[in-house]
Amino acid sequence: MTTQITRRSFLKSVSALSGAALVVGFDAGNALAGAGNASEFTPFVRISADGKVTALIKHFECGQGTATGLATLIAEELNLPLEQVEAEFAPADAAKYGNILFGGIQGTGGSTAMANSYMQYRQAGAAAREMLVAAAAEAWGVPADSVALADGQLTAGGNAAPIGDFVASASARDVPATPRLKDPSEFSVIGNPDTRRRDNGPKTDGSAVYAMDLHLENQIVAVILRSPRFGGTLTSFDDSAAVDVPGFIRAVALPTGAGALVYGVNTWAALQARDATVAEWDYSQADNRGSDQIKADLLAAVNADAEFDAKGSAAETAELLDGAAQVIERDFFFPYLAHATMEPLTCTIAPTETGVMLYDGCQMPTGAQMALAAVLQIPQENVEVTTLYAGGTFGRRSTQTADYHVEAALAFALNGGQQPVKLVWSREDDIRGGYYRPAVAHKVRVGLDEGGRIVGWDHRVTGKPIFKGGPWDAFIVQNGVDSSSVEGVHDTPYDIPGQHVGLTDDRSPITVNWWRSVGHSHTAYVMETMMDMAAAAAGRDPVEYRMEYLNGGTADQVRMAGVLRLVAERSGWNGPLAEDRSRGVAVHKSFGTFVAEVVEISGDAEDGIVIEKVTCAVDCGVAVNPDVIMAQMESGIGYGIGHVMRNEITFTDGEVDQFNFPDYEPLRISDIRAIETHIVNSTEPPTGVGEPSTPPSGPALANAIAVAGPRVTHLPMAANGVRFF
Amino acid sequence: MPTSLNINGQTHMVDVPDGTPLLWVIRDELELTGTKFGCGVSACGACTVHVDGEPVRSCQTYVEDVEGTEITTIEGVASEVASAVKQAWNELNVVQCGYCQSGQIMSAIGLLSENRTPTFDEIENYMWGNACRCATYQRIRAAVQRASEILEA
Repeated sequence: MTTQITRRSFLKSVSALSGAALVVGFDAGNALAGAGNASEFTPFVRISADGKVTALIKHFECGQGTATGLATLIAEELNLPLEQVEAEFAPADAAKYGNILFGGIQGTGGSTAMANSYMQYRQAGAAAREMLVAAAAEAWGVPADSVALADGQLTAGGNAAPIGDFVASASARDVPATPRLKDPSEFSVIGNPDTRRRDNGPKTDGSAVYAMDLHLENQIVAVILRSPRFGGTLTSFDDSAAVDVPGFIRAVALPTGAGALVYGVNTWAALQARDATVAEWDYSQADNRGSDQIKADLLAAVNADAEFDAKGSAAETAELLDGAAQVIERDFFFPYLAHATMEPLTCTIAPTETGVMLYDGCQMPTGAQMALAAVLQIPQENVEVTTLYAGGTFGRRSTQTADYHVEAALAFALNGGQQPVKLVWSREDDIRGGYYRPAVAHKVRVGLDEGGRIVGWDHRVTGKPIFKGGPWDAFIVQNGVDSSSVEGVHDTPYDIPGQHVGLTDDRSPITVNWWRSVGHSHTAYVMETMMDMAAAAAGRDPVEYRMEYLNGGTADQVRMAGVLRLVAERSGWNGPLAEDRSRGVAVHKSFGTFVAEVVEISGDAEDGIVIEKVTCAVDCGVAVNPDVIMAQMESGIGYGIGHVMRNEITFTDGEVDQFNFPDYEPLRISDIRAIETHIVNSTEPPTGVGEPSTPPSGPALANAIAVAGPRVTHLPMAANGVRFF
Repeated sequence: MPTSLNINGQTHMVDVPDGTPLLWVIRDELELTGTKFGCGVSACGACTVHVDGEPVRSCQTYVEDVEGTEITTIEGVASEVASAVKQAWNELNVVQCGYCQSGQIMSAIGLLSENRTPTFDEIENYMWGNACRCATYQRIRAAVQRASEILEA
């Protein structure tokens, strides 16, 4: 996702008392402030009179460690052990908690949570620290610089008191305009490798509440019978057999034509009643193709002239290729992929005195509020949001149509709007319900001179654009090019001469969405496969060859070369390898973060491959929580590799062939035997870690397989000639 | 006719039709929501509970078949093995989104209750059916080994 910083984040001062607590945040002009001007004030940290410190978390927690990360920033500036900072999800309010990288819309995505919050939370924590210190200094009649704050205690000479004693007097002071932030050399919480996640307890004793776990008094459950084909509409349905299902309430056609709502007193009743309901569909506007046709259509489009140019000119690159000593050429195919979050989609809408409350593991609260307000025809400010834990997202809990929020709003309204309604998706709904990573084809021709150096690179992409026609169209789409389709190609840090990048849109009604790492989920695979093929054609070592395209001196190139060098060193790239083993490498920049990976395999494609080890090197700027970063690298690698190994959504006559995990087999514990992550020491501002390890994982595996086996360019691997143990 | 279920040492009378999966009784009737719905077809392990000490998938266990057994959910599991597993999970920061972890922990307790010193391969074989979409597997393996160490210490 391309983002622009549209709001400045500077400091001014205001302050006030909020009950018996010291509360510091930012005012409407993004100046540091206290709680006085409540309607235009965004709290980031709250210290109560008993000294309890709470970080107010503006991003949602889907496993990526945001709550831990943001609490870390507050703990650091207040000199507190992380364990003593509570984390509390902030309510939905874009005016207060807008993501500065999303133009002020509150949401989490594009791996922006830490990038967005690093300075804001530290400034708020530092301001609170200075106010407490100043209050103590005044009370004790000592200079402020003689007062120390550590572990919740203020001390100066013989004076000592817990911070709670000075909360009231501190909150009456002006908020400092520019509190002194700690120098990185003073960090003790940021960068601490022994940090424990804040959510370990509730997630290991069953007490963490996810949206799926919500039980409100008088709540009913709604499930939806959806068209089996994308673009189909409901013509009629028969629920006469559902009447016999205990707990069935009623079935109602959706006014959108998208299907029928089936209500039950609980989840099992609703699911059983839906199974007993029969529907007829109009498929005249549906995509009725099978997968072979979809794939053939995409490959035909990518072999024709491109609709839009994202970079360079086709004619100029064609000339360079004509003059090349050799041209290497490949087409690539990437299937539709479901996100398959562990917790299937769900949310609950309940009536309030003035509107509704949405209970959701909410990734994009502003979008959900807008959708509910539009469907229910109530003012947006009357839509409140309670953010619960999200059982994974990988992008799925946020769509530009707010799809499941709209469904829930319709289910709530069509039931009369007086009773809490919980919308539940089953796993089958999730696998068959669309909003997929688009199916994408690439065609690349790389020209090399006699020395094996790249002289031209023609790169064409076809896929359904994600942003075009949506609310962010104006920010993302330029000259017809939806950058999410070509990110990682047209903006590669490699110095590639004579590059042309063309794009042709696919216009299937099959719904698509961002999927962990968005366009990079396919572009990195193509870039890094072609770089490997170019290195092989040139008779060069893959690491050395890549380095030659990273020595132009740009900051990006220095950092990309840095992770490549580190991963080579730590994986023993130049060292000996056992007889039946191979290694492959890939490196990619996404979301401002640089990741290089080496995959080591044993066996071969025909008899079966074991992924023995993945070595990863990451440069994400300041490492706020090293263990969280490592966990995210492991997670993204597993996600990337699992899907390139064996996942695909396929179609027969327009209907999805897969139903559930047995035929959309997730990565299992035995698929990757070890992952080792190394973090580059950096003082650059922190960048995201939730997605960037996914892009290089697939091509690093493919490059390892290609050492002694096939060059796999159509995915998934298991359906294209590669066997895995 | 109501069914009598012994869950976490307490007797619950539930009035649900035969054929109702134990999962939905636990989650929707008794509101013990630590046991998760992930797939409904016994393919992900998020719904794992113990029946007479053995891990089972509650989404494919019918309520009439577990009358007279001792059922334990994540909320009620308490043993030397359980506390070692939870300690190890905490030390190694295993959880991410956390949605599968109740099931992972119930399976890990099942494994270590029958084999306190599992090998790498034994861990992989036993835990294979518990899916984690965040791919926390590396830490799950290490945490089972760590729990084994705690138990053997």
